[in-house]
Amino acid sequence: MAGVGHKDFIVEIEGLCFTYGNGIDVLENVNFKFGPGMQAGLYGANGSGKTTLFHIIMGLLKPKSGTLRIFGQDRKSSADFADVRRRIGLLFQDSDDQLFSPTVAEDIAFGPLNLGKNREEVQDIVRETLHILGLDGFEHRITFRLSGGEKRLVALGTVIAMDPEALLLDEPVIGLDDEHREKFICILKEMKRPYIIISHDREFLQEVATTAFFLRDKEIVWQS
Amino acid sequence: MINERFSEGNSFLHSLDPRVKISIVFPYACVIALSQKIPVAVLCLCIAFVLLLYAKLKISNVLKSLKVLLVFIILLWIFLPLSMPGMPLYARGALVVSREGIMKALSITLKSVAIVFIIVSLLATSTVFSLVHAMSHFHLPKKLLYLAFLSYRYIHVLYVEYARLKDAMRIRGFKAGTNIHTYKTYGYLIGMLLIRSFERSERIYHAMLCRGFQGRFYLLDHFTLRRSDIRFASIMTVILAGVIWLEWGTRILL
Repeated sequence: MAGVGHKDFIVEIEGLCFTYGNGIDVLENVNFKFGPGMQAGLYGANGSGKTTLFHIIMGLLKPKSGTLRIFGQDRKSSADFADVRRRIGLLFQDSDDQLFSPTVAEDIAFGPLNLGKNREEVQDIVRETLHILGLDGFEHRITFRLSGGEKRLVALGTVIAMDPEALLLDEPVIGLDDEHREKFICILKEMKRPYIIISHDREFLQEVATTAFFLRDKEIVWQS
Repeated sequence: MINERFSEGNSFLHSLDPRVKISIVFPYACVIALSQKIPVAVLCLCIAFVLLLYAKLKISNVLKSLKVLLVFIILLWIFLPLSMPGMPLYARGALVVSREGIMKALSITLKSVAIVFIIVSLLATSTVFSLVHAMSHFHLPKKLLYLAFLSYRYIHVLYVEYARLKDAMRIRGFKAGTNIHTYKTYGYLIGMLLIRSFERSERIYHAMLCRGFQGRFYLLDHFTLRRSDIRFASIMTVILAGVIWLEWGTRILL
């Protein structure tokens, strides 16, 4: 029966420990389950390891110990994580890290092209994604000349263009004006995907999250 | 930082296939640089000027971009007439101005301005990215192209970071001087930029991995060669052949 239970969760973490290169423990014995339909906020003090946790889930950082089960499978090697990265989308804190292509269209196309989609399909995806973002006609805009708010929306676009089954959002509305913030929340609600959001903005989390995780003393304290 | 102020426009030259532009600019630049005859140099300058008119760029902006070149040209005009042996035009003591020297300086001036005009009207009317993209069609090493493209993308971010750090220094009363404090501060600034760039490169790589990067860039848009591209390339080739003939095939312009 346990096997069936495992399949129900998107991410299951048991006894996860992570230590930085300088020997400082960030996460100690983290246990946490993230299931479908969950729209969660992740709270925690600065430097408490929230971003680290996201990067461990995506396989960008290697934990010291603990088991990581994502979509019902143990994930260890980088090949295991290739599948995870296809199915979970991570929005980075700094959009400049995420947008490296010269034009908006190229950037949104980057993921789908890597997934082996053909050019016509990708063109459609780019157009659809921009439409969802309310940025029709932005195809040939230069990414680094966009405003902060537009950059964040396009960065979200590059993530949703890969049609992920779940999202990890790292401080998604920090620095956004009211208009872009509203837009962002709207898009998020429209997507109807499970997600975890890191934010210090309680008002924002109350609006978009139905559950909350607290990262405190290097552990996850669950709260509903 | 890098402003592509000439790349925005809707002239005929702006809409040309960048591959055509590169394959025209390169031979033109070589031929002009190698030519020796002054009339040929004048002719090339005229061709370049016609291209410039076709590009519909603001002439004052183009002249502004000549400023850097001007410094070198002025140096040439000072040193070449005095240092090249030849028929003296003017002599006072050890200073001899030679005719050959003046002709050489004139020739270099005409040729360099012609090359800059051609580059501005053909290459600067495309975005840097589309040029890098076009170069990938010429089978240049992939690593070199990625390097060019990513440095182009992040040089701006790096510059903004530099400006921010510098402002942070300035609002705390920093003034550059000739002292250890200044050198140390600049050392910190450069060190900080290096570390930040390294960390950023790691984050970018992570972001790329998250989107399924497997060591290969796929291009979304493909260039299509249109009839007007071919027509333009043919005309330019014929003109170039004429220039080559005038320079090396005949003695009429000597």
